[in-house]
Amino acid sequence: MSDIDLDQRPANNRSAVLKSRLTSWDSIILVLTVLVLIIASFTVDNFGTSRNFTFMVLDLLPIILIALPMTMIIVTGEIDLSVASTLGLTSSMMGWLWNQGLSIESIIPLCIVIGAICGVVNGFLITGLGLPSLAVTIGTLALYRGLAFVVLGDGAVADFPWNYTGWVTGTIGDGAVPNVLILIVVLALIFGIVQHATPFGRSLYAIGANAQAAHFSGIRVARTKFWLYVASGAVAGLVGVLWTLRYSSARADNGAGLELAVVAAVLLGGVSIFGGKGSLPGVLGGVVLLTALQNALRLEDVSGQALNIVTGSLLVLSVLLPNVTSAVRGNWHRRKLRQASATSAQ
Amino acid sequence: MTATSLEAPPSKRFSLGGLLKTRELGIVLALTLLVAYTAIDNSRFLSGQSIRDNLLNTAILAVMATGQAIVVITRNIDLSVGSVLGISAFAVATLMSNNQDLPMIVALLAGLAIGAVAGLVNGVLVRYGKVPALVVTLGTLYIYRGITYSWAGGSQVNADELPRHFLTFANDSILGVPWLVLIALVVIAAGSVMMRNYRIGRELYAIGSSPPAAELAGIKVARNLLTAFVLSGALAGLAGVLYAARFGTVDAAAGNGMELNVVAAVVVGGVAVFGGSGSVWGAALGALLLTVIGSALAVLDINQFWQQAIVGALIILAICADRLVAVRIARSLRKRDAHV
Amino acid sequence: MLRSPRTLLSVTSAALLVAGLTACGGTTKDSASNTSGGGQSAAAADPNAAVKEGLKIAFLPKQLNNPYSDVETGGGKVAVEELKGEYKLVGPNDASASSQVSYINTLIQQQQDVIVVAANDPNAVCPSLNQARAAKIKVITFDSDASKDCRDAFINQATTEGIGQSLAKMALEQAGGEGEIAVLSATPNATNQNSWIEVMKEELKKPEYSKLKLVKVAYGNDDDQKSFQEAQGLLQSYPNLKAIVAPTTVGIAAAARYISSSSYKGKVAVTGLGLPNQMREYVKDDTVKKFALWNPADIGYLAAFAGANMASGKITGAQGEKFTAGKLGEYTIGADGEIVLGPPTEFTKENIDQFNF
Repeated sequence: MSDIDLDQRPANNRSAVLKSRLTSWDSIILVLTVLVLIIASFTVDNFGTSRNFTFMVLDLLPIILIALPMTMIIVTGEIDLSVASTLGLTSSMMGWLWNQGLSIESIIPLCIVIGAICGVVNGFLITGLGLPSLAVTIGTLALYRGLAFVVLGDGAVADFPWNYTGWVTGTIGDGAVPNVLILIVVLALIFGIVQHATPFGRSLYAIGANAQAAHFSGIRVARTKFWLYVASGAVAGLVGVLWTLRYSSARADNGAGLELAVVAAVLLGGVSIFGGKGSLPGVLGGVVLLTALQNALRLEDVSGQALNIVTGSLLVLSVLLPNVTSAVRGNWHRRKLRQASATSAQ
Repeated sequence: MTATSLEAPPSKRFSLGGLLKTRELGIVLALTLLVAYTAIDNSRFLSGQSIRDNLLNTAILAVMATGQAIVVITRNIDLSVGSVLGISAFAVATLMSNNQDLPMIVALLAGLAIGAVAGLVNGVLVRYGKVPALVVTLGTLYIYRGITYSWAGGSQVNADELPRHFLTFANDSILGVPWLVLIALVVIAAGSVMMRNYRIGRELYAIGSSPPAAELAGIKVARNLLTAFVLSGALAGLAGVLYAARFGTVDAAAGNGMELNVVAAVVVGGVAVFGGSGSVWGAALGALLLTVIGSALAVLDINQFWQQAIVGALIILAICADRLVAVRIARSLRKRDAHV
Repeated sequence: MLRSPRTLLSVTSAALLVAGLTACGGTTKDSASNTSGGGQSAAAADPNAAVKEGLKIAFLPKQLNNPYSDVETGGGKVAVEELKGEYKLVGPNDASASSQVSYINTLIQQQQDVIVVAANDPNAVCPSLNQARAAKIKVITFDSDASKDCRDAFINQATTEGIGQSLAKMALEQAGGEGEIAVLSATPNATNQNSWIEVMKEELKKPEYSKLKLVKVAYGNDDDQKSFQEAQGLLQSYPNLKAIVAPTTVGIAAAARYISSSSYKGKVAVTGLGLPNQMREYVKDDTVKKFALWNPADIGYLAAFAGANMASGKITGAQGEKFTAGKLGEYTIGADGEIVLGPPTEFTKENIDQFNF
């Protein structure tokens, strides 16, 4: 996708402008996130309480975890729209396996593996057969969700053991820090280090900027992308398990539509849909910003309908604003140059 | 990016036609097999009522697939169509229930206009905002739906509030062909002719094959892209009117999630997601195939849960087939070039 | 990616290894003891306590844009005004199991006194409802019950037996005493519909129903378009169908709309549970002869009064306690905290214009 779409970009001094634009958008998002959190704590009743903090962490759990590998995938210029369906399929499988009498301790790793296998299928179709990721993952989006319904039908499995479901919704020592926050921090650290502090991570940006050039400079493009999809599937599987335990309900329709929320959060965090740029801190900021806004608006009794408009507008603005500012800056720069040349001519 | 854009101009029409032929023939073949198998199992599948139901169900999807095909051919995508259908269906239903005497044509025009405005917003953001179509239309998917929800506020328009002539429009027919189907056929035919025989259509293919090349060749990319998005929006708006007339009950959730069905129909119908190839009537065939699969499963008494999985598998199969054909053409072209 | 088949192999074998390692010993379905915590110790009821004013009573229906829920919560609003309380209505746009949880959490944060909820999934909302109860919020379920151990009382529109029997009776009448009938239900795991269908099936085993044959239970997922297409599929698969029984307002309206515009009109009867306003057109054009429903506004009304009485300490939800629900009169709490509204009303061409909901 990337090598084709690159040429749609404006050709003028690309990398320098992009780089400054990127860093500024990252920081804008982070500042915006902190601002929203501070303003909401002071103005919205019950926002800054420890219980609300727990609720918010639980609400952003699925989006933030799936966003970690999704960020890498989008940085390489690809996309994975099948994540929410993978989540649904693992949730269904979890219910089915539990009904078969397997122990929860073996079901959980199995479910993560099932998610990984979904990723393997995506990865093979995309890197092995060279098919476009957008079309492939729209296909597997339907396929995995369909299989989820085939496995469990419209039924629900609910009798998961209390010590597991309680752990997911519980807090450390009954304080304010939810148990799952540990999981989020650990995974975010791992993915953050891999993406920003390893040769592998840097190779992702090279692939996203120009896959062919990356290939010729010795980066194994196909293999890298393949493993990203496996990681994406495995994380979606893990989230399927967490989702099921949080709501103590394994259902085939779990997480339906979540893929759009994840992609929206990643793009809002400043990752380019064309690949090659974006950072994990920006994405984490994007996820927290969206969740905090939704939470605050809901506490203020703003209807869920209005939330749709806010999410959509933020998404478009996140890409539109940097474009507009850079265009304005470019104009201003050109005019200055012209003035400068005019004065020197005199 | 299929190999078609690499072809030399003289041979282009011929092999492009060949490629399309194989793709669309494949769908027709699959459709025939499916209908034959289902009819053998239950002959009522070929009864007048059943054929009518299938065509009526396809009509709305096919109208949207026509617009989507045009956008996808330019190497863009319009994910907002489901939400545009929703806003148009609700607006038109409200309009008609408040003004019982308005003729049907006003409803149709209103739907087209609302959709066209929604499409224009998409197009402007894509072209002048330089925001990728995927991002813009994902955003407007949320925004248009949110507007509809806020406006409707949980209310819905029931069949008994709508004027008689509006509701009967969905079932009335001339010469045995329901209006709904007729409109869909006109839309598909007009779209096909425009894309095949008119300058704008060929330019849209050129843009999809290589946007910078199209720009260099002097094609007015901006105007053409806007046209494509406005068409897609307007057709989704028209689909909204048809939806309201057919189903009678309209709430803010009308058409929710339909964008995936539409994209699926287009992809199954042989339009490459990276633009430049495929046809409008192929996309319409894709819509027909998806609808018939749905009703065949119900008739064959196969667990309805399989439907979505089958659609998914079909999409993947379709893009695999496209890839295979593209690779083969590229190889044969390379051979021909070697001889020269 | 020539290596991927091997990768697949190694991933799968790793999976099997993991499964094998952990298979012996662990928590399984049979060994799991499900003691979900939460709840509050039942304080003694004080029948003489006054019903408090200014109570914050929040309604959380299955989803917002559903005309049936609107009527129910509308009744609740009237009751809350009579009680001089603060009424609030929140809810998701889709009837998915998990979407309600965020709203319950928000209501906990806002420290409501009563949450009146129609559960989309009896278990998914449980942990949150128990958190609410731990925060001294009274939880009343209506329309669709949550698990017994995470709510204080359930407003049952009618007894399950009553509805199931009424459905079977209407089906017999409408089918003309014999022939094939089909059910068009909501979702396959809808608590209400499933229990009514169960009773109906039991009823059909009786000798007076021996000529009636239930050929299929189809599911329209309470989605208008899906129900419409399911009705269509039923008639294609079962040409001799005499009647469609739809125990859901969305289903019956969609089925009636399909029949009234198809060649099956007059040949196939539609009956079940529906809203008079939605069905009026089809009753008047003779597609539908008779259908039934309780007054949904009364459900919301009763739920608000039950919640207010409970938040005031007049009742606790124990069996045998009595309370007065405004214009509806006195109610007695049944087993498992169930409060039954009363028998359903049957609607026909003659009486339908007397109802407006």
